Amino acid sequence: MSSNPKEHTEYKSYLEEDGGRKGIYKWILSTDHKRIGLLYLYSMMGWFIIGVVLGLLMKLELIAPGQTLMGAQTYNATFTVHGVIMIFLIVIPGLPAVFGNFMLPIQIGAKDVFFPRLNLFSWYIYVLGGILVIISLFGNGAPDTGWTFYAPYSFKTGTNMLPAALGAFVLGFSSILTGLNFIVTIHRMRAPGMTWFKMPLFPWTLYGTGWIQLLATPVVGITLLMVAGERILGIGFFDPAKGGDPLLYQHLFWIYSHPAVYIMILPAMGAISEIIPTFAKKTIFGYRAIVFSTLAIAFVGYFVWGHHMYTSGMSGAALWAFSLLTFLVAIPSAIKVFNWISTMHQGSITTEVPFLWAASFIFIFMIGGLTGLVLGSLATDVHVHDTAFVVAHFHFIVFGGVGFAFFGAIHYWFPKMFGRKYDKNWAKTGWITFFVGFVSLYGPMFYLGIKGMPRRYFDYLPEFHGPNIISTLGALVMITGFVIILVNLINSARNGEKTTEKNPWGGTNLEWQVATPPPLENFDEIPTIEKATYKYD
Amino acid sequence: MSDSNHHIVSYRTYGLVLVLLLILTGISVAVTQIELSRWATLAALLLATTKSAFVLAIFMHLRFDQRIYRVMAVFVTLVIIAVIVLTFFDYGFR
Amino acid sequence: MSETLAHHDEHRDDEGSKLGIWLFIFTELLFFGGLFVTYAVYRHANSQAFHLAGEQLDVTIGTINTIILLISSMTIAMSITAMQKKDKRATLILIGITLVLALVFLVNKYFEWSAKIEHGIWPGSPLLEELGRGDTLFFGLYYFMTGLHALHIIIGMVLIVVIYVRVQKDKITHDNYQLLENGGLYWHLVDLIWIFLFPLFYLIA
Repeated sequence: MSSNPKEHTEYKSYLEEDGGRKGIYKWILSTDHKRIGLLYLYSMMGWFIIGVVLGLLMKLELIAPGQTLMGAQTYNATFTVHGVIMIFLIVIPGLPAVFGNFMLPIQIGAKDVFFPRLNLFSWYIYVLGGILVIISLFGNGAPDTGWTFYAPYSFKTGTNMLPAALGAFVLGFSSILTGLNFIVTIHRMRAPGMTWFKMPLFPWTLYGTGWIQLLATPVVGITLLMVAGERILGIGFFDPAKGGDPLLYQHLFWIYSHPAVYIMILPAMGAISEIIPTFAKKTIFGYRAIVFSTLAIAFVGYFVWGHHMYTSGMSGAALWAFSLLTFLVAIPSAIKVFNWISTMHQGSITTEVPFLWAASFIFIFMIGGLTGLVLGSLATDVHVHDTAFVVAHFHFIVFGGVGFAFFGAIHYWFPKMFGRKYDKNWAKTGWITFFVGFVSLYGPMFYLGIKGMPRRYFDYLPEFHGPNIISTLGALVMITGFVIILVNLINSARNGEKTTEKNPWGGTNLEWQVATPPPLENFDEIPTIEKATYKYD
Repeated sequence: MSDSNHHIVSYRTYGLVLVLLLILTGISVAVTQIELSRWATLAALLLATTKSAFVLAIFMHLRFDQRIYRVMAVFVTLVIIAVIVLTFFDYGFR
Repeated sequence: MSETLAHHDEHRDDEGSKLGIWLFIFTELLFFGGLFVTYAVYRHANSQAFHLAGEQLDVTIGTINTIILLISSMTIAMSITAMQKKDKRATLILIGITLVLALVFLVNKYFEWSAKIEHGIWPGSPLLEELGRGDTLFFGLYYFMTGLHALHIIIGMVLIVVIYVRVQKDKITHDNYQLLENGGLYWHLVDLIWIFLFPLFYLIA
């Protein structure tokens, strides 16, 4: 057990450590995992605002049939860039980049991640990827292919596919390196006595996620390179005229992009698994079941990609195989939901802000998951594929899932991260506004999809008008809620009541035993773990 | 301090493995002279897999390292194979 | 997994560093894996054409290149043994040979590609269009996969040069040589990929 003599001097929060640097260099040259987590938080906030604006523009276009704000070409570019930003710059980095970076080392009793400089480098290339996406907006115009970049259109379109593809490639690298870093960190840097099954659940999800980042991302990397090869050399991999198969593009693309959704949701579930026990004052129900479910989701989720392609022309054998596997992967997710609810049962619940987000997460996630079964089943999918139903499903499960968990996590760990309190009343107001807006925005889309409204169209038949109005109004309400939340948090981070309380919520893990905010190396002395940190006595 | 890093593989062992690999390479080339048609692919892949196994086990030290590396390497290989198999659920039955 | 730390520097964790490079190797396997999937699919759909197109590749050069890479794998593996035996001179010689072999590989590749290009075969070339789909796909994959592989050889060479210099300057020593080992592992990966590329492109005639 190492003991750094220098730590026995005055406590200094990590925010006060500047490594001898001034201004912005304190941040962009720091290899402190906590600062890097915040760098991601601030970058992602910026991107999120842009992504939301793009989404709002789409909803405003859809408030009435016919052209409202923009024509088809602009609309196509808008939903493409909206998707690229939200997927590659927000939800995939998501909780790992922010809370994984900030909390993982602390939760396992380490002073940083295994490769701190690689960690900072991951953020640098995150920024580079974002710049490439921005570059794609100029010149010939933003790509209009959808974030899925399907061939052959992706190599025929005159728009800026190459910068966008390169941007996605670079962002993929950032994701891979983060996953690699976390896996090595978890293997090698757990505190003495912290066996695998004494580790909290959030790190477990980061571990499973890390493997997906490692093993799935390279496939989309090579696929994007192949598209570049098509555009630059006319190489023919996906060009039917040259013997290529556009469907192969879809296979390769979804071999990554389906596991990608588990990159998104597993850490979100991990955060929920942290929050609920704290506010139920009860040890999580079925810790091992949740661990194995996490690994099962990561593993089985790797083999279900074909469910995005039911109507593309795959063979019958592929259809049933993928549908079967898709149903299988739903099982461990359901197990987690049962365990969360069982944790709450006969617990001593306090409806603090993080708990509100966690409870509503379960509700939203379930709707997303159940509608996923509609899509996973061949006969029903044929009816709703490429309709608004799909859009509703993935917004419920990704935005609802990752988003709600993210908001829950930020409200949970905020005092620890910033040493400040936020206004709980504003936070609750923001939550309920957001929640109501969210359901109003995406709920009607299920109905619209079943009724036949296609996705990715800037226009629709008059009979779809009513629900679309509700949806667009819902967007405005949701955005209002988001603004309330954001302003409250930003304001509180800068001017909120200071706090040095180590454990405001009564949580059990190691992060609640270090100072608030944590010192640079988290611990004065690396602890020795005797009992499982996630347990309530 | 236990450290598999300190396991020293002799020059001789490496040399022997190289000879083995060269022989397997020679067999691969020779085998193409025989008309095997549909078995040709399988033969080529089997030989390549055998060569890889030696590179992984001896050159890359998997045989002498902690078990976790072997477990991971096998796991990743299985995942790749499973992906190819699943893809052929589509292409094999069109 | 037990905590195994080199006792002379309790802050350095060589096993962790090794784990890192192995994980990176796994990403490379999946990276090339996507291309192998593509190859498998297109060969399945165009087996005759691939068979015929394969005859246009020079088995001799391919075999020589295979032998070169296998030897280079041996030499870099041996360099670790030399390092462990505290034989700095042998270490440097073996690393140097690895580097030279890599260069020869690339030179061979250059000649191979030049010959093909002179015959009018390159990605998107008019001749390839004429020859038909099987040939287009075969040579598209050939250039793409061997090209990407060659890029990894170049990266490997840069890595090996860096390692050579560090051994020279005693920054890599017999009790601190994880970088050498990691470089070796990366190099073996490059060899592994070629072990599969060779039969799939050169030996399918």
